[in-house]
Parts: sequence; C-alpha cells; structure tokens
Amino acid sequence: MTAIAADIRPIAAAHRIPLLRLTQVELRKMFDTRSGFWLIASIAITAVLATASVILFAPSDQITYSTYVAAIRFPMAVILPMIAILAVTSEWTQRSGLTTFTLIPHRYRVITAKAISSIALGIVSVLLAFAIGALGNLLGAGVTGTALVWNMTLTESLYFVLGNVLSLLIGFMLGVLIRASAAAIAVYFVYWFLLPTIFSLLAASVTWFRDLQPWVDFQYAQSALFSFEGALTGEQWAHIAVTGLIWLLIPLTIGLGFVTRAEVK
Amino acid sequence: MITVESVTRKYGTFTAVDDVSFTARAGRVTGFLGPNGAGKSTTMRVIVGLTRATSGTATVSGRRYVDLPNPGLEVGVLLDASAQHAGRTGREILTLAQRFMGLPRHRVEEMLEIVGLTPNEASRRVRNYSLGMRQRLGIATALIGDPEVLILDEPANGLDPAGIRWMRDLLRGYADRGGTVLLSSHLLHEIEVIADDIVMIGNGRIVSQGTKNDLLHAAGTVVRATDLPGLQSALDELGIAATTSEDVLHTDAAPALVGKVALEAGIALTELRAADGAGLEDMFLKLTAASQRDGAAA
Repeated sequence: MTAIAADIRPIAAAHRIPLLRLTQVELRKMFDTRSGFWLIASIAITAVLATASVILFAPSDQITYSTYVAAIRFPMAVILPMIAILAVTSEWTQRSGLTTFTLIPHRYRVITAKAISSIALGIVSVLLAFAIGALGNLLGAGVTGTALVWNMTLTESLYFVLGNVLSLLIGFMLGVLIRASAAAIAVYFVYWFLLPTIFSLLAASVTWFRDLQPWVDFQYAQSALFSFEGALTGEQWAHIAVTGLIWLLIPLTIGLGFVTRAEVK
Repeated sequence: MITVESVTRKYGTFTAVDDVSFTARAGRVTGFLGPNGAGKSTTMRVIVGLTRATSGTATVSGRRYVDLPNPGLEVGVLLDASAQHAGRTGREILTLAQRFMGLPRHRVEEMLEIVGLTPNEASRRVRNYSLGMRQRLGIATALIGDPEVLILDEPANGLDPAGIRWMRDLLRGYADRGGTVLLSSHLLHEIEVIADDIVMIGNGRIVSQGTKNDLLHAAGTVVRATDLPGLQSALDELGIAATTSEDVLHTDAAPALVGKVALEAGIALTELRAADGAGLEDMFLKLTAASQRDGAAA
C-alpha cells in the first residue's frame, strides 16, 4: 500500500472525524462549484443592486439605514434558502452522497455539519448586508443631500439576523425533507410566496381566521422580526415559536427520519 | 477481511439479496460475479451501510462499517464512479476526501499520479470526464486513505484495455501486499483474470463460491491424445464419465487421475490440462441462466 506514514493511520483511524472538520469541508463544498460560488456571490451582488435601487428610487424622506437593510432582505430571503437547499439536496441530486455517506457513515453528523455551515454562511451574509447597507446609507446621504439616519438598534439588528437564519432553515428543512434540488426549490416558493398569500386572503375574508393567522402563518409571525419597531412582545415570540414548530421543526424531524433511514443510491 | 453473514434485503415482496454469506479474505482478490441485477451492488451497499439489510450482518475487519471511526482510512469504496458532483474538478473531489479523512495535503497529488490523471485533467470539471477518467478518480478516492480493504463495484467499466490492465496490476499488487479486495463484475473474463476467489450470485442468491482454482477444477479436464477412443474406453472401464468431441476429450476427473489412467493404458497424451476459462464460462452461463433475463439466448 502506498505508505502514508505508518504512524499516521492507526492514530487517525481510531478517532471519529471531528464535527469541526466536517463543518469546514461542508463549507468548502458550498463554494467549490461554479454554481455554488456564483450563488453565494449573488448575495453580495444583489445586496449592492438593492442598495443602489434605494438610492435611485426611494423617496428621499424614507432614505434611512433600515430602508437599505429592508431592501437587501428581499434577495436574501430567496438566495439564503437556495444555498441551504442545495447544500443538502446536491448529495442526492448530484449523487455525491454515495461518497460522503460512505466516508461519514453517520448521516446525522453530515446533516449537522451542513446545518452549522449553512447558518454560519447565513450570518456572515447578513453581516455583509449590514456593511453594504451602511455604505449605501453614507453614499445615499451624500448623493441625495438628505440627512444621514442610522435607525436600527442592536436588538433590531439581531432580529434581522435571526429572521434571515429562519428563512435559511426553512430551505434547509425542505432540502432534508425532499432531497431533490428542483422540487425543494419549487416547494420553497410555494412555502414562501404562495402560502402567505393564501393566508392573508383567508384572513381578509374569513373573520375567525384573522385572529388565528399569527399562530399558523409562519411568515406573518416572522414579519415582526423585520418590522424594525423595537423589542418583540411575549406574544410575538409565541407566534414565532408555534409557527416555527408547525412549519419548521416538525417537517425537519420527519425529514431527518427519512435521511437517516433512506437508501443512498 | 470482509464477512457477510446471511444478508437479506427485501423491497416489498421483491427479494434483491437472499441469504447471502461469503468472506473476502486478506491478501486475496475476491471476485463478485453475476449478471446485471443479480444483487451485487445491493450487497456492497449493505456492507458499507448505505442500504440497510432486512436481516443478516456484514462486517469489515471484524466491525460493522458504521462503527469505523474514520472509515476512509480502513476501507476504500468505489460504488459508482459517476456519482460525483459534475461541477467539481477531479482535484477538488479528491481534496474533499483528503480533508474529511484528515490526511496530509500532498496525498492528493500523489494519488492523481498513481491513477494516471494529469494535472491538467485534474483541473477539469468532472462533467467533462470520460467514464474511464471517472473510474480512475474513483479509484484515487478509494485509495487515498491507504486502506486495508477495497470494495469496488464494476471498476473496469469504461476503462480501455490498457486501463483494465492497469487496474488489474494495481489490484493484484494491492492484494499481494496483504490487502483485501472485493470487486464485482458482470463479465466473467474480468473476474477470471484477476480474482483468487470467486463468489457467483444470481437472482439475489449465491450460486457458487470458492477459489478460482477449485471452480476451474470443478469444470474438469481437457485431454488430447494419439488414441482418444482408447482413452475413452479406459476411463469408461473405471467408471469415469468422459465425452469426446472431435479431437478433444472432456471429463470431470482431475488431470492427475486422467494422466495416470492414460499411463496405465499406454496411451500417449498430446495435451492434458484443467479446463480453462471456457469451462468456467460454461459454468457461469449454466449457473446464472435461470436468473438471467435472456437466459435462453445466453
């Protein structure tokens, strides 16, 4: 056999691959294809475009820091979940899982590493969005001659991070549950755009549903995180917890059951 | 060493693998032979834990595969060379395996060299690879951790004749240094030239297994002689079944026995040997005819 030093193997072979290493490799896998790279690059690109459009099109009395951040939120709500979906589904759609799950036979460890790396990437992306928004705010104030307004508190910033991580996790959950790239992305759009529309139509036309909506509509519940109106009330947190349980945790648990049992072909 | 014990895998009412037991020993190449759809790949997936066995157990070096802390360092696996992200370069795919296993970085270039992928080829994306190049990359991924056990599903598929020769020498050398090799094929010739032991499977069941020599032996002896009818009657007298067709006599008896009979009968032999590949092929076709889709045509 082609001799890696005989002293390395017995030591390495006796130790379980650490989760940190799995996470690092999974993070690398998000960047190492052209599509993956450009998907991540598109976060920065669309953040710049969103910022530019605020400067160009927003009424000058509305140009504040939170306007930029809110504008950047739109592309992020689509791109971050896509990244999380593809991190999971490519193992099945591209069939690379045959190698991954052979090198790491405990599938939940792979999935955990993917979750951690996706969330880490999501948080870094949001921080980048804050920075781009801040540059936009400075530039916008200079260009339009309006007053420079920094109207986001630390709490609101943390809410914004949490909200984006939640959207990302919805993508992650759909990836785990469906394990096919195209289908998971399609379902995400249903989840994120169609379902809230149906809920709001329902709320508008059915009286008894109006009070129920915050408890069943995940996006409605989450929207409090993006309203930039100070601290959330206990009831608002309860809305997020209950809808998160229904739309995120329960399907994720079902999906994890499939992932650990299903045959990898 | 790989030990498979009474492994059964059912899909609903269909039994893909039916009570399969065999051992692949260290220092030997074990050929897993059977027609397409016989259950070879399913058995291999059960060994490495990608498919759950309905019943039975499989162990590698005495442990269940999932209990290996860093399996890549102990078992090299290639189940499907095409199962790679098409957008990654060959070098990147190898680097991911190197990182997962925690190996030194120089292993990547070493492996590329061993499997004969040039730096230029390694920088290309796998979607542009021929099947032969994918097989080489897959072999590199399997070997990078310097494992003691290799499990390869149809590794010769897509390789050109020189590539097949290369693969054969590589695996031979690997087994000669004490490694365990389990490789599958639906082509008898491939298995015949490389394997020491053969496990034949058809319709999910093992139909025959043993050393290649034993299996060849079982296929009998081929004899040519100056006086074939004389030899035929000498064998008949001893109750040894033999058939003569044209100028060749074929019998199930061992060559040593046939030689002795000829000596006592005073008949000069012009050829005496164990039935070769043709005999094994007959057996392969006979053994698997029942399970082959086009059994009659075979």
